[in-house]
Amino acid sequence: MLITLLPQHQEIDLPGRQRVADVLRQLGLLPGTVMVIRGDELVTERDFLEADDRVEIRSVISGGS
Amino acid sequence: MKCTRCHARAEVHIRHHNSAFCRGCYGTYFQRQVERAIHKEHMFTPDEDVLVAVSGGKDSLALWDALVTMGYRTTGLHLALGIGDYSAISTRKTEHFARERGLRLLTVPLEDETPGLGIMRVAGATNRKACAACGTVKRHYFDRIAAEQGFQVVATGHNLDDEAARLLGNVLHWQSDHLAKQSPVLVPTHEKFARKVKPFFRISEYETAVYAFFRGIDYVLDECPNSAGATQLVYKDVLNRLEAAMPGTKLTFVQEFLRTGRPAFAGEASSPPQTCESCGMPSYNGTCGFCRLVAEVTRRRNPLPHAGPA
Ligand SMILES: [Zn+2]
Ligand SMILES: [Zn+2]
Repeated sequence: MLITLLPQHQEIDLPGRQRVADVLRQLGLLPGTVMVIRGDELVTERDFLEADDRVEIRSVISGGS
Repeated sequence: MKCTRCHARAEVHIRHHNSAFCRGCYGTYFQRQVERAIHKEHMFTPDEDVLVAVSGGKDSLALWDALVTMGYRTTGLHLALGIGDYSAISTRKTEHFARERGLRLLTVPLEDETPGLGIMRVAGATNRKACAACGTVKRHYFDRIAAEQGFQVVATGHNLDDEAARLLGNVLHWQSDHLAKQSPVLVPTHEKFARKVKPFFRISEYETAVYAFFRGIDYVLDECPNSAGATQLVYKDVLNRLEAAMPGTKLTFVQEFLRTGRPAFAGEASSPPQTCESCGMPSYNGTCGFCRLVAEVTRRRNPLPHAGPA
């Protein structure tokens, strides 16, 4: 699966079918700090991502206020 | 996962509420949360005009969208801060948001107000940190424009994560005067102050981002270049680690502080402000922080001619 991390605009390729929670763990991301977007839908941490999926993982944290 | 309300496929899982939602039900859930906060904390009524401070980020645009959708009377206020491309994009997205929806937006370009007041130039020209100068300038304009244009209420998009991070900072330094004042509703202590409200104070950053995404709001994704390494982000990270291990930690931290912690600090609140000799806005000294900043910027730009021998 091809992952684009935002706002860093970093691309990461991960192999095989995997649960979202496991993908986040591998990337060192905590649940609740990112949205995982496939197409125009969100997927929850219990959903699976397929090997040929393209997803965007977008940080929800903003700093300073 | 299935939606807790209608059993369709869930797109969102809210761990601290132990529920999951499909897109349609999420909108209902989110607006109910906002409505409950506004109503329960007596923030404002549908008859009041609310000035919404909008930065172009997800929280403030989600707030404006939610208030408009819920039928509140709103005007947006945006400060063009002069932080390079980041500010240019923020202003463009905010103006686009307002135009698309036919909403009234007031934009204040700081560089037009006082040359040199743009945040990057202020930070360069004075010894102030950019974020401190930014805070001073924002507070001044929110208060001043609300007073000039007759708004009783100013709403900001501060969310649960912002409030929890701020609370953690105040507790770590035992800033009792700040703890006394940390509240989702600040009642005016000066005739030129509006009521300041935070309708998202119990709604997490994840929830506001999801709302913005579902509503198709085009917000600024990039972070303010000045916030890299900001202390608040360190606090947020710590809190998110606690939250991952113990869902509900952030909400309990803020909610129980407001219920049981804050009253204990009530006596620590600083005395009400006086009036700034220069601009007439509230001030804790003879001249307010904003006017002192402007004076410094102006002095640097137009230094007094050197008093040489005649
Ligand atoms: Zn549903
Ligand atoms: Zn002043």
